[in-house]
Amino acid sequence: MTNSDDIAEKGTPMETAQTIGRRFACNEGDLAPGESMTVPADGEDIAVALYRNDDGEYFATADTCTHEDWSLGEDSDLEGNEVVCPLHMARFDIRSGEALCFPATIALQTFDVVCEDGKVYVLR
Amino acid sequence: MNRIVVVGGSTGAVRSVQALRRAGYDGELVLVSDEAHLPYDRPPLSKDLLAPESDGSPVPLLTAEDVERLDLDVRLGTRAVGLEPANRTLHVVDDEGPSAIVYDGLVVATGVQPRRLPGTDHIDGVHVIRTLEDARAVRDRLGEGRRAVVVGAGFIGAEFASVARARGVEVTLVEAQEVPLAHVLGREVAAEVASVHEAQGARLMAGRSVAEVVTDQGQVRAVRLDDGTELPADLVVVGIGATPATDWLVGSGLPVDDGVECDVDLQVVGHPGIYAVGDVARWPHPAYGRPLRIEHWTNAGDQAEVVAAHVVGRDRPNVPLPYVWSDQYGHRIQIVGRPADGVAVAVHGSVAGGDLAALYAGPDGRLVGAVVVDDPRLLMRLRKAATAGTPAGEVERALLTPAS
Repeated sequence: MTNSDDIAEKGTPMETAQTIGRRFACNEGDLAPGESMTVPADGEDIAVALYRNDDGEYFATADTCTHEDWSLGEDSDLEGNEVVCPLHMARFDIRSGEALCFPATIALQTFDVVCEDGKVYVLR
Repeated sequence: MNRIVVVGGSTGAVRSVQALRRAGYDGELVLVSDEAHLPYDRPPLSKDLLAPESDGSPVPLLTAEDVERLDLDVRLGTRAVGLEPANRTLHVVDDEGPSAIVYDGLVVATGVQPRRLPGTDHIDGVHVIRTLEDARAVRDRLGEGRRAVVVGAGFIGAEFASVARARGVEVTLVEAQEVPLAHVLGREVAAEVASVHEAQGARLMAGRSVAEVVTDQGQVRAVRLDDGTELPADLVVVGIGATPATDWLVGSGLPVDDGVECDVDLQVVGHPGIYAVGDVARWPHPAYGRPLRIEHWTNAGDQAEVVAAHVVGRDRPNVPLPYVWSDQYGHRIQIVGRPADGVAVAVHGSVAGGDLAALYAGPDGRLVGAVVVDDPRLLMRLRKAATAGTPAGEVERALLTPAS
């Protein structure tokens, strides 16, 4: 199977988003570079932390630190592409979700983010 | 190294095996612990585990699945009793008697043992809080209207007092210093932190020491202080610090002086291939350069990463500033850096108000430590500033001065 077939079969990213659904997170500009926010849990959707790195790129992970119950979107420290949980200093890569230092040993689930018409969405 | 043996069931021991595997060490990995349980998290022992909603189960640090996944040889109920570095041999004792384990690399992670009140070991109702068994024994004695005397108003004592008050226990804290924790936080901030006890109905008797534990048929009945005051007690909790668990190293030739002396990679001085991690290790923290022994939970993980990097030949990772927290009366107290290296130059807010923030400056005016209550986001900013060595006055203007 060629790459183009692959894309045709799965659809473009936008079509995928529409197929599997997306959640509105915020308007572009609501989140300054270096900041983060929480998209609250809703029904089957878990709470998601949305980050904007210093380059203005958006990334999203599960909101709750994998070490102990704490919101990374609301209360954390974003340093480049790393988020630090302020309770026990667990550190994660916001792009991959990888746990980078103790006490975190489990990666964060990650979510794709799309921007469209000035709105930021987190894909399910 | 083909076989690394980690001695202890401590946080440092668990972090060491986890870090070694994460760094790619694929040799044999043995963890020797004198406890009956797989390693569990100790901070909750003086907090959540004593709360009414707890069922007394510990928070595991290492699960059976972890043991399998990390391919560990865990030997519980096995106490280290001696070390022969020349023969790379660890001597242990378990149910079946003494035996020897040969190693290529060794990590000493035996932690600390709590100081006890002399002569009280066999008194029913006098407890320290270090192990799960300790915490469960204390828990069994908590209840509405019981009377507890806490000896030592440091973190463990204060956390116990907080949980005990929440359970309707009458609490009196006895503290030798005029102001508890003054040696760590300075008098002003320490007094503010200690003020929550009285506000929450616990009595604090500072500048007093214990003369005698009064018993009745082997059971604690009261605590008599140096000034003659007698405090009736159903339970005594002793939190007067801890000493490195290094008795088993006597005769080993390892340099021990209030902890095992290590170099900047946590390698024991003069003993390549032997490391120490956690409360038991004394090392020149890269940010300070002078030997420190740090009894903080996060320190164990930081050091384990350093050891693992050294074992597999990687560059030493950055070591963050010391960090510790304490949960008391519904407030979270967070401390970063080393307040004791400076003086409190800015103190804003209060513990009761949930907005205490104290900045400590070193002799050159730079931020060397901070204490923050109930504001983790601020704590992170201060941590950054302390790491960068920003002048404390600048930090205060930028982060603490009210926007109005």
